[in-house]
Amino acid sequence: MHELSICAAIARIVADNAAGRTVTRVTLDVGALRQVVPDTLAHAWGVAVMGTSLEGSILDVNHIPAVIECSRCGASTAIEVPVFRCPCGSTDTTVSSGRELMVRSLELEAA
Amino acid sequence: MGRFHRLPEGGVEVHDHGSVSDAPTSGRGAVGDHSAYASTGPARVEVLEQILGENEATAAANRQDFETLGVRVLNVMSSPGAGKTTLLCRAFEHLPPRLRVGVIEGDIETAIDADRLAATGVPVALINTSKGFGGECHLDATMVRSVLGELPLAELDLVVVENVGNLVCPAEFDVGEHARMMVYSITEGEEKPLKYPVMFRAAEVVAVNKIDLLPHLDFDLGQFQANLRDVNPSAQVMLTSARTGEGLDGLCRWLESVASGG
Repeated sequence: MHELSICAAIARIVADNAAGRTVTRVTLDVGALRQVVPDTLAHAWGVAVMGTSLEGSILDVNHIPAVIECSRCGASTAIEVPVFRCPCGSTDTTVSSGRELMVRSLELEAA
Repeated sequence: MGRFHRLPEGGVEVHDHGSVSDAPTSGRGAVGDHSAYASTGPARVEVLEQILGENEATAAANRQDFETLGVRVLNVMSSPGAGKTTLLCRAFEHLPPRLRVGVIEGDIETAIDADRLAATGVPVALINTSKGFGGECHLDATMVRSVLGELPLAELDLVVVENVGNLVCPAEFDVGEHARMMVYSITEGEEKPLKYPVMFRAAEVVAVNKIDLLPHLDFDLGQFQANLRDVNPSAQVMLTSARTGEGLDGLCRWLESVASGG
């Protein structure tokens, strides 16, 4: 359960970027290869921001699928299950997306 | 993936998106329009900051300090009860005395494992995450940094970080290590690499431990190795038993190669 420490890190980034304005929505990019559970994240966000200026803000998660690139045939393949093998049979692959864990944007209330 | 609706006190909404370019846009202010700070209307501000960026910066500082002092660091991870501590104790007794080893021991509670490792003669720094770190189920770079002064780093060749027993969280947090090893015990089931792919991908060596139990279990070693290759084709597998000593020679040779920067 590392969602709480992730939320604490998100809250620090948001506070630094909000410049004192009220935040209504925080949008994250979370890759499929990150072990973040959405409803645990929701609960942790409520706890992490309780009693702070971020209380009541919405956490919005963009799910980014896992994609591997094959070093042998060059194909890009989205994977649903954690089998890092190209349809051509090669296991010589690199992950081109799915490791994202980023605060993408904020929405701020009218001042 | 379901959609989570607004909660009264903070909430989350989850969407599925095909790619980064599908990120939602808002009519209420242009992405990256930092003039929003000065305006009075609602606004959307692009941030693009890595959530674990602070941990990664601290991990880089740790790694720099280790390199300045000429010590290499190995992060050892496993589920609770896989046998990390016992395997490390046997390995430390088996290593040539010229190799100077220290330990950073991570546990939520107690000094039980730290005491066992210290009994082998190595210096040990203990992190109990229940004391000041919110009972976290992993070590992070800041926790490791907080105990660096407790080890004679300049006199050591190798520091082994024994992470908190957990197959999920430790894989997400770089602590400044140079290599990662997993200890997996054959009592855990063949499917674990598929269930915890992030952890199994994070390790360059997987010690398949308690191998002495093989005749007594229905464990299918070939299936486990196939599952591991699906998730991490380059992982090096070592069959080990702290009880019989099987695999200790190979493990110790690998520890020496990590210590020498190999």
